[in-house]
Amino acid sequence: MSIEVRNVTRSFGSFVAVNDASLTVPTGELVALLGPSGSGKTSLLRIIAGLERADRGQVLFEGEDATVRDVRQRGVGFVFQHYALFRHMTVFENVAFGLRVRPAARRPREAEIRRKVGDLLRLVQLDWLGDRYPSQLSGGQRQRVALARALAVEPRVLLLDEPFGSLDAKVRQELRRWLRRLHDEIRVTSVFVTHDQEEALEVADRVVVMNHGKVEQIGTPQEVFDRPATPFVMGFLGSVNVFHGRVEDGRAHLGPLSVEYPAHNGSGALPAQGFARPYELELAREAAGGGFWATLRHVTPAGAVVKLELEDGEARLVQVETSREQFEALHPTTGERLYVKPRQVRVFLADA
Amino acid sequence: MAAAAPPVATRTRHVARATSEPLLVKVVLTATALAFLAVFLLVPLAAVFVEALAKGWAAYAAALAEPMALSALELTLVTAAVAVPLNLVFGIAAAWAVTKFEFPGKNVLVTLIDLPFGVSPVISGMVFILLFGRQGILGPWTEAHGLKLVFSVPGLILATIFVTFPFVARELIPLMQAEGTEEEEAARVLGASGWQIFRRVTLPNIKWGLLYGVILCNARAMGEFGAVSVVSGHIRGRTNTLPLHVEILYNEYNFQAAFAVASLLTFLALVTLAAKTLVEWREAGSRSTPNGENSDVD
Amino acid sequence: MSRRSHSVLPGFRLALGFTLLYLLLVVLIPLSTLFWKSASLGPAGLWAAVTAPRVVASYELTFGASLVAAAINGVFGLVVTWVLVRYRFPGRRLMDALVDLPFALPTAVAGIALTTLYAPNGWLGAPLERLGIKAAFTPLGVTLALVFIGLPFVVRTLQPVLESLDPEVEEAAASLGATRLQTVARVVLPALLPAWLTGVALAFARALGEYGSVVFIAGNMPMKTEITPLIIITKLEQYDYAGATAIAAVTLVASFTILLAINRLQSWSARLGMAE
Repeated sequence: MSIEVRNVTRSFGSFVAVNDASLTVPTGELVALLGPSGSGKTSLLRIIAGLERADRGQVLFEGEDATVRDVRQRGVGFVFQHYALFRHMTVFENVAFGLRVRPAARRPREAEIRRKVGDLLRLVQLDWLGDRYPSQLSGGQRQRVALARALAVEPRVLLLDEPFGSLDAKVRQELRRWLRRLHDEIRVTSVFVTHDQEEALEVADRVVVMNHGKVEQIGTPQEVFDRPATPFVMGFLGSVNVFHGRVEDGRAHLGPLSVEYPAHNGSGALPAQGFARPYELELAREAAGGGFWATLRHVTPAGAVVKLELEDGEARLVQVETSREQFEALHPTTGERLYVKPRQVRVFLADA
Repeated sequence: MAAAAPPVATRTRHVARATSEPLLVKVVLTATALAFLAVFLLVPLAAVFVEALAKGWAAYAAALAEPMALSALELTLVTAAVAVPLNLVFGIAAAWAVTKFEFPGKNVLVTLIDLPFGVSPVISGMVFILLFGRQGILGPWTEAHGLKLVFSVPGLILATIFVTFPFVARELIPLMQAEGTEEEEAARVLGASGWQIFRRVTLPNIKWGLLYGVILCNARAMGEFGAVSVVSGHIRGRTNTLPLHVEILYNEYNFQAAFAVASLLTFLALVTLAAKTLVEWREAGSRSTPNGENSDVD
Repeated sequence: MSRRSHSVLPGFRLALGFTLLYLLLVVLIPLSTLFWKSASLGPAGLWAAVTAPRVVASYELTFGASLVAAAINGVFGLVVTWVLVRYRFPGRRLMDALVDLPFALPTAVAGIALTTLYAPNGWLGAPLERLGIKAAFTPLGVTLALVFIGLPFVVRTLQPVLESLDPEVEEAAASLGATRLQTVARVVLPALLPAWLTGVALAFARALGEYGSVVFIAGNMPMKTEITPLIIITKLEQYDYAGATAIAAVTLVASFTILLAINRLQSWSARLGMAE
């Protein structure tokens, strides 16, 4: 079932949590809502679920307006960050809950319920824990039970609120991959919220980047990473060097850099910023043009890459990343002057 | 477009329709609860004052100024003045021993402290008669030494101490347990003596709970009826506390005077309730804000 | 964090010593006299004293009224707690503070106020009379007084538990299709059960030993409206110390059994609450 969000706004008193957000999730896709704390992503998810109501805007499921529909009638499955399992019920009873509370006409027979729950527990690889209570399970196991519980009612949409936020790093990584495989298998339209950009880029079909309640960019993980639409997206999705300056007469003068910027041909100078990722900067001993000189200050080996920190003529710090082979080929020494040339600089006009 | 930080726990304030009852249900439940509270709490409370003033202000004042009433008031105050400080010291000592140290039998000690709560006040009074009454175990011995411990003021005070001694301790123990021992240990390392530690480190942390424990202990000490009734002998003018005086007046069908005296005790109860609310408000304010696990609006 | 018994902090011997001395003088010695004295009757005498018809009638009244009152408090206390915690309305804070009134008010004051109220010409007694119901000087009156006494126990025990319930659990149930009634019945109430039972048990235990607020409204007719604590006092006044202690011992055993049960309930409740 596809989801469409149109111009949704939600405020809490004077604080605007979601600001005119719009997005579309085609059927069967796995979409990530990515952003820092306070970006509005959880509020938006809860509005889609029907756990909260938007002040303005619409939510459509398969083209039908569901904005005022109660959460019970939306056919969504919701997985909470802290699992929200029913503590006084066993794992089996938790998963069976959604089936047991159905009105008599739609309720499956007990044997049918047992079969379905068994299938689901096998799907999440917890079939041997059916009689345990949530307090006897690990965090990762609890989250899988929560997922099985949400899937038991065959939702048309699966919504997950920072599902791995409460787990250890290692468990998080395992479950992340497991979720992707699960989604490939059952193909339910899914939206999950995360503040971890690595998680979003690794798991999702498409990423919605949010900040301060607004949607900054929607695109595939590749798109948002390689072609960020705004400075925020670029900065949030990976480390980045920022060069401040201005654009004027078709050129951007950004600190030590000077690049072409045909988009602004006018004579008035506008403030602008240039962004370059550390691995997009090349080091050389000769000036090849289009770059600047800087002095090497720190070298930090980091596994397969080497991170270098250089200082330009104005005491500004620049982060460069090279592969081990390139580093050894260059064999620079601390204090040496090197020429830094960006392979690519993205220029954004500064916000008002 | 800088947004102000959202109020803490906003999410729980905006409970969506899915997780609250239909309006009709809410109204019915609220009406039922209010009716229940009104019938069982408000009406009796009002009755005390209405009956006390049934014959006008003059009669009210007269009932309070009557010599027997005044001597009952005096005895009540004396009893409280002795029992409460003793129980305060006990409460602090017991809480200090229980919360700052580990020792065998600690559980038994805590259960013993809770004892008066499980014992009927009549039985509490009765054990003193058993001990010090005419036919009691120590009765003849105390009589021989000219000590009258039942049907006398000392007996009253003893019984009151027995019934009210847990109050301060029970307030302090969970409070001090939650505070932990780190601050006191740090003070010790810095060279403070025992009294200094208590006065400068422990006391400021527990002052509100301590105050409330004392107020509660005092209210119970002044209002105790069952235990004191058994031990006192009801000798008017000598061994009558305010609650016992109320009983006597009532049994003589002198309702207005009985309620007049009762209204004094009711004032005390209301002051106790107000103090409790104040203490809770202060305590909540001085503690840190709740953790922000789920409270940030994302 | 382990603390050895003689830790860095001073005052252990002093504090513990004083505590034990106080307890000895004020609690242990007096209570031991109870069992000493009742033992003096001998087993046969003991049995006769505690099973006399008048005494048994008082057990029925005391236990019966306490049980009914605790049950009433269980039902209405749950409603009151729910309304106080979950709804907002003018006067809520005042009501919340007033719940403690039975705890703070001297029992004698409560006793005379309730008797006057439920007497045939009282504010509440008169309407009941018209309906043909006698409240004062009957077991009903005793029960009503015990409802007053036990009211705060259920509410104050339930309140913190209800306040700390995770709203997400209810949202989860709703998202799975449960109606509000189903969510409350299957998810919320079961989580409250241990605390609720504890509150009801506390109210029951308190009602068993209650004297001051009941003795006025009871009427105190032997075999009909006499509560057990009153029989104890009567025997004391007649200098039948042994008989009084025997009956007191029965009451004590009952109270301690309930206290034990309450302790168990509280650790069950803590276990459920510490699930995460």
